[in-house]
Amino acid sequence: MKFARKTQLDTEIPTASMPDIIFMLLIFFMVTTVLREYSGLPISLPKAKRIEKLKSKRHTSHIWVSKEGLISIEDKLYASDGVRHVMYEKRVSNPQLVVSLKADERAKMGLISDIHTELRKADALKLNYSSKTAVD
Amino acid sequence: MAKKRRFKGGAIPTSSMADIAFLLLIFFLVTTTIDMDKGLGMVLPAEGEEIEINKKNILNCLINSTGNILLGGEVVEVRNLSKTVRQKLAENDKLIISVKAHKASNYLDYVKVIDQLKQANATRISIAESN
Repeated sequence: MKFARKTQLDTEIPTASMPDIIFMLLIFFMVTTVLREYSGLPISLPKAKRIEKLKSKRHTSHIWVSKEGLISIEDKLYASDGVRHVMYEKRVSNPQLVVSLKADERAKMGLISDIHTELRKADALKLNYSSKTAVD
Repeated sequence: MAKKRRFKGGAIPTSSMADIAFLLLIFFLVTTTIDMDKGLGMVLPAEGEEIEINKKNILNCLINSTGNILLGGEVVEVRNLSKTVRQKLAENDKLIISVKAHKASNYLDYVKVIDQLKQANATRISIAESN
């Protein structure tokens, strides 16, 4: 018995739903694009070689430290002993919190050390010294 | 002379819709930046977690206000720091490097030191409070 071969296959891709698919992708990118960001303080970050990437933006909280010694968290200025309360609340609401310290390279270590102490008191122990990639 | 107005089919052409959608898609694809923050990772010790360590397992690294580095009593250049620390780690793998910076020293010098220590694969880094 011979099998009849179907040669009359319809080989066209249906294009009628193409705009819908494209619109879906468009909407996805529109939704995931974050436009609002905290502006922070004007700083120039130090450069380092052995850097790691921060895993997720959702679990990251920034502390800006300018060379004048100002501390800014989410566009609010704090004194060095005010960091504790803010970071503690953040830490409680998000146990995976990683603090990204965006400090100016000319910031004084006295202040950075104060922030270390504050973060330890707030139990926000995962810290990341934000820096640029150094090129030799 | 009055012109005759005739109604022509008022349909919007939908054939170029896909092209328009594609253009918008490409625009958002290009403008979306998934830039992740980069930096030197560090885990601070918990509050009140001070452990006594044998003195010979501690390597003190001091940074003064002008950015000079004193490693275990000897002045070391920043760029030679990783090499020296690597040697010392090879001699004693239990070594803990205690970094202590002067209050008035620059954050940049501190980051440089931490970077050098990371390059030497030093995992036990302790940050002493500057005073």
